[in-house]
Amino acid sequence: MRVSVDLNLCQAYAQCCYAAPRYFRIDGREALFYDPSPAAADRVEIERARLACPVQAIRVQDPEA
Amino acid sequence: MPADARPERIVVVGAGLAGLRGAEAIRAAGFRGSLTIVGNEPHRPYDRPPLSKHVLTGQVAADASQLPSSLGDDVTWRLSIGAETLDREARRLRLSNGETLPYDRLLIATGTRARPWIHADEAKLRNVFSIRSRDDAASLRATLAAKPKRVLVIGAGFIGCEVAAVCRELDLPVCLIDSSPSPLARALGHTIGAYIGEIHRGRGVDLRMGSEVAHLEHADGRATGARLKDGEVLSADVVVVALGAVRNTEWMTGSGLSADSGGVDCDDHGHVLDESGQPDRSIAAAGDVARFPHPLYGGRRVALEHWGHAVAQAEHAGRLLVGEDLPVPYAALPNFWSIQGDMVVKSAGLTDGADAVAIVQGDPADRRFVALYGRAGRCIAAVAVDSARWLPAYADKVASGAPFPPIDTATDRPLREPEIRDPGFA
Ligand SMILES: Cc1cc2nc3c(=O)[nH]c(=O)nc-3n(C[C@H](O)[C@H](O)[C@H](O)COP(=O)(O)OP(=O)(O)OC[C@H]3O[C@@H](n4cnc5c(N)ncnc54)[C@H](O)[C@@H]3O)c2cc1C
Ligand code: SF4
Repeated sequence: MRVSVDLNLCQAYAQCCYAAPRYFRIDGREALFYDPSPAAADRVEIERARLACPVQAIRVQDPEA
Repeated sequence: MPADARPERIVVVGAGLAGLRGAEAIRAAGFRGSLTIVGNEPHRPYDRPPLSKHVLTGQVAADASQLPSSLGDDVTWRLSIGAETLDREARRLRLSNGETLPYDRLLIATGTRARPWIHADEAKLRNVFSIRSRDDAASLRATLAAKPKRVLVIGAGFIGCEVAAVCRELDLPVCLIDSSPSPLARALGHTIGAYIGEIHRGRGVDLRMGSEVAHLEHADGRATGARLKDGEVLSADVVVVALGAVRNTEWMTGSGLSADSGGVDCDDHGHVLDESGQPDRSIAAAGDVARFPHPLYGGRRVALEHWGHAVAQAEHAGRLLVGEDLPVPYAALPNFWSIQGDMVVKSAGLTDGADAVAIVQGDPADRRFVALYGRAGRCIAAVAVDSARWLPAYADKVASGAPFPPIDTATDRPLREPEIRDPGFA
């Protein structure tokens, strides 16, 4: 899967980190780390993260969907 | 075909962020004709910001950042092929493989490349790097993973600061050199740059501000260090050149468009201008390569190197080419982020021409604050360090040109007038 985050929008609410902790993480006070190519098997988790983001900063493409 | 007729063939030159988002906007606006994307890199569009951050730390693979896309199979990708010349009269491109490609509408999105090191022979040394493409990032990552003894970063702009911070995260000795008095001084001014410099220094970056490299010392095809203009020699086994970017406009030479190494000029709709200042309504430009008049800055032409701008302007340009009626002038507020180690620097607006700056939220001593920039009594930019949640409120002030100094609305301290300072632009 392909993921990108608009970090201009991201305000480190960390909702994505709770939804998909293996792929999203906050370093320091507000530096978001995300994995831009999560495993397709984890699409449910990634979709949960996308929907959880209060500022809709996460964009996902699932080439196999 | 006249510019107002329905286009049948749209070509996008440049398969980067702006090219991709522009092509998506063209399809989203209902265009069903032929859509071709020409890109001289071998890859589908990928995201560059991770290249100077998590790719260098090794947390993300260099080839992992291909951008998500809504484009389907109804797009022709011409990759590893460059546009070489543009014939606007005949409305066609000549490509690097000798083919000609006709268009009814053209989106120019060829971006920038890293400004090369001043001495071409030294730039070729095996351990001298710059970062623009994912291949650049992959080779620098491999070198950093081999635990070099000292990394020298030339240029303390955003990318230079990010690379220096990564080195410290990897526990590598790193020296950051710039002729400016502090890091980010050209973008943020010396006053705010000095605070950010202190944060880097506190994390172990050897800051050499006000220093200029005369040339690189080398032996056996590898740089061994840098000789400064004052004669001092700094040893290093890796050199990263981060001296900004040059716009990819050479291929437009001879097309009659107004273009140079600072970008291709656009009007306030986003159409490109010819050398006599007339718009060509069959061509738009977007992203790092476009220089356009920004209404918030007195209509002065600006060329931005911002991810968010590439997205916003490409969406605008795509819809424009399909013939949608769009608000004039194009006026999206510039915004930017940079992750330096685990510190986040964000900005809204442009600091150019600022005559004053004030800390309006937080405190540099706590390494988190918002700085607001003013020019002639109006807010023109806001910069947030580890204070992303505060930025939107100040971005609104910039977008509306609110009076500067602002009425202090900070909730984290008593109501008082902020101290107005010289932003320290050279
Ligand atoms: C290392 C790095 C880190 C960054 N970090 C941040 C950040 O943290 N925050 C932020 O806001 N911005 C950041 N940016 C800036 C952001 O990535 C750019 O603004 C964005 O990539 C611009 O997109 P673009 O499509 O205009 O240009 P590009 O991404 O440069 O794409 C242009 C494409 O066109 C191709 N091309 C050039 N000439 C031709 C030709 N003649 N024919 C065919 N193809 C051609 C190029 O090879 C390239 O693939 C960073 C940039 C880099 C390099
Ligand atoms: S949920 Fe959204 S705003 Fe929060 S950290 Fe994740 S991407 Fe950023």
